[in-house]
Amino acid sequence: MSHLLEVKNLDVKFDTDEGRITAVENISLSVDQGEVLGIVGESGSGKSVTAKSIMQLNPGNTSYNEDAEIILDNENVLKFTSKQDLKKIRGGKVSMIFQEPMASFAPAIKIGAQMVEQLLIHKNINKDEAKSISINMLKRVGIADAEKRFNQYAFELSGGMRQRAMIAMALSTMPKLLLADEPTTALDVTIQAQVINLIKDIIKEYQMGVIFITHDLGVIAQVADHVAVMYLGSVVEKGPVNEILKNPKHPYTKGLLEALPDINNLDEPLKPIPGNIPSPLDRPTGCVFRTRCPHHNPEGKDGKIEMKLIEVESGHWVDQCGMMCGQHE
Amino acid sequence: MSENLISVNNVSVNFDYQENFISKKQKIHAVNNINIQIKKGSFFGLVGESGSGKTTLGRAILGANKISSGNVIFHDDDRNYDLTNMNKQDLKEYRKKAQLIFQDPYAALSPRMTVRDIIAEPLEVMKITNSRQETDEKVRDIAAKCRLNIEHLRRFPHAFSGGQRQRISIARALVSNPKFIVADESVAALDVSIQADILNLLKQLQSELNLTYLFISHDLSVVAHVCDVVAVMYLGHIVEMGPSRELFKNPKHSYTKALLSSIPSIDPEKRSEAIELKGEIPSALNPPSGCAFRTRCPNPGVDCKGGDIKMGLTEVEPGHWVDDCCVI
Ligand SMILES: Nc1ncnc2c1ncn2[C@@H]1O[C@H](COP(=O)(O)OP(=O)(O)O)[C@@H](O)[C@H]1O
Ligand SMILES: Nc1ncnc2c1ncn2[C@@H]1O[C@H](COP(=O)(O)OP(=O)(O)O)[C@@H](O)[C@H]1O
Ligand code: SF4
Ligand code: SF4
Ligand SMILES: [Mg+2]
Ligand SMILES: [Mg+2]
Repeated sequence: MSHLLEVKNLDVKFDTDEGRITAVENISLSVDQGEVLGIVGESGSGKSVTAKSIMQLNPGNTSYNEDAEIILDNENVLKFTSKQDLKKIRGGKVSMIFQEPMASFAPAIKIGAQMVEQLLIHKNINKDEAKSISINMLKRVGIADAEKRFNQYAFELSGGMRQRAMIAMALSTMPKLLLADEPTTALDVTIQAQVINLIKDIIKEYQMGVIFITHDLGVIAQVADHVAVMYLGSVVEKGPVNEILKNPKHPYTKGLLEALPDINNLDEPLKPIPGNIPSPLDRPTGCVFRTRCPHHNPEGKDGKIEMKLIEVESGHWVDQCGMMCGQHE
Repeated sequence: MSENLISVNNVSVNFDYQENFISKKQKIHAVNNINIQIKKGSFFGLVGESGSGKTTLGRAILGANKISSGNVIFHDDDRNYDLTNMNKQDLKEYRKKAQLIFQDPYAALSPRMTVRDIIAEPLEVMKITNSRQETDEKVRDIAAKCRLNIEHLRRFPHAFSGGQRQRISIARALVSNPKFIVADESVAALDVSIQADILNLLKQLQSELNLTYLFISHDLSVVAHVCDVVAVMYLGHIVEMGPSRELFKNPKHSYTKALLSSIPSIDPEKRSEAIELKGEIPSALNPPSGCAFRTRCPNPGVDCKGGDIKMGLTEVEPGHWVDDCCVI
């Protein structure tokens, strides 16, 4: 069976005043219908850039490699140039939700008007139908007084309600793929739990594919089926969520798990990953993690090793250098 | 000599609120009748959802917010300061002894200041040092303690990562040699790999410099790891307070239980045992009567709904306090 989405060998580079930077290097990912792929990693690891590539939302200074492919429903979206095609990946087959709902709503247009406008662009329906779909969707995401909210501006809603309204707008066009970029990061844990449950229910109901981006491994454990761990533009490990969280192989994945304060294990001291994330302008050659890796050997081979994922268990992929951990000479 | 450094006695903070100039004046009840004792050398945690009054209480204790009623006493070695009754000279003295760690010094300060100037500013503003040389010595000394590279002092903070900026912020707060530190969401914006490093640094500085902390955070896992005493706030009230291990192992209040259960478990097989709270924290303009939590409480008693329950803390175990209404 072919995947709903397949990203193959994607590089994303940006031309900046300080030079050309590599934000994403040679990543491959796939998402099936009804499945949640979590992407986890520290800030600057390339999570948002990856999501934006799928909708071609990266700005003008971006370049993709010639042999990269992003196949959605059997079409390579990186080759899309016509308005008609771009519509498909910007609100048609693909929708996106963000950390900050105000990024989705124009401040001076009422919530309902924006939802209707979006539906009219993407669906072959009239205004009344669009209105009723919108109100039903607002109800579906748990907004009380949906008719009243329909006629309000986003800023008039509380934080949690705004988050729900954004989800309603993203879902109203029935996309096949939902890109969720840190949608719970700014929320309190209590509201986060509500939003996670809502998103899970909706995925089940509509059987869409989801990419859920977060830096929180707990959130990943709760929502994702598969997970990809990113560091400085590279996927260093990926596989079924259970396998990755319980049997991590890469030193970075292990480090992330150890640094996490676990409320059920208060005796465990907090272990930081030493050092800082390098600037993308000084992206290390060879293994990208070597400047912070506890197994790094300055005389060893890791500066020359090419990064490449290999399958260690069925579906569990680890960067090959990760397999040599502690075995540097 | 008191074993407490800070005593907060029946403190309330209200803000005046008027939607527009013709509407009627209202009061925002940000902090309601709070009593806490912060022991010398403790790492005191304050948790709760946003809007629960944590920042307002922290600022009130620093003398940066007015206190509407009640008082705050700072027990210094040789004298007590009553924050509600201080003259200018006292306030100046107090400012040296009680400091806030900014969440991001870069956002709060001029981008044209070097790291050295950022750290030195409190010394200059409070006229603690008498010469540039003395200032530089103190700056270098505290920078080293915060594990900042001396070379970095000449640079501008925009060149630094989140973790390094947080170290700058800590150095700035500590340069005047304070005894009490308020850290308000100091690690909230940091990646986990770096967060652990900053938390360890705070711990280490605490023992090295004899500091007492009020650590404000919305992240219960972090608080559980670093704090020895924790107070849980909801809509301006402390609903539960106690030694952190006891409180996290044996939470009594429905709100504490709900908060704890909402932390997403790292175990994918333990999916969502969250006690889901309905709705959001109500507005502090119109707080519910009686128990502040009753509009969201997952299992209110029959008496709770009426709104005539009075809030107040009862000691259920030594040092473990819970709001009355939830105990009965
Ligand atoms: N338009 C752009 N121009 C230049 N650099 C960019 C641009 N967008 C993102 N970047 C850089 O690409 C890297 C990855 O960014 P991003 O995907 O936003 O990270 P994440 O979402 O994982 O925090 C970062 O170093 C970021 O600064
Ligand atoms: N300067 C102010 N003027 C008016 N209302 C305020 C002010 N500061 C805080 N508040 C209100 O007081 C309540 C508590 O806020 P805050 O102390 O910031 O909570 P927390 O830090 O727990 O998120 C909120 O309802 C907030 O809107
Ligand atoms: S290749 Fe070496 S430096 Fe890179 S992650 Fe593996 S052990 Fe660490
Ligand atoms: S007093 Fe009643 S409503 Fe309030 S928290 Fe306790 S049980 Fe819930
Ligand atoms: Mg991002
Ligand atoms: Mg606050």
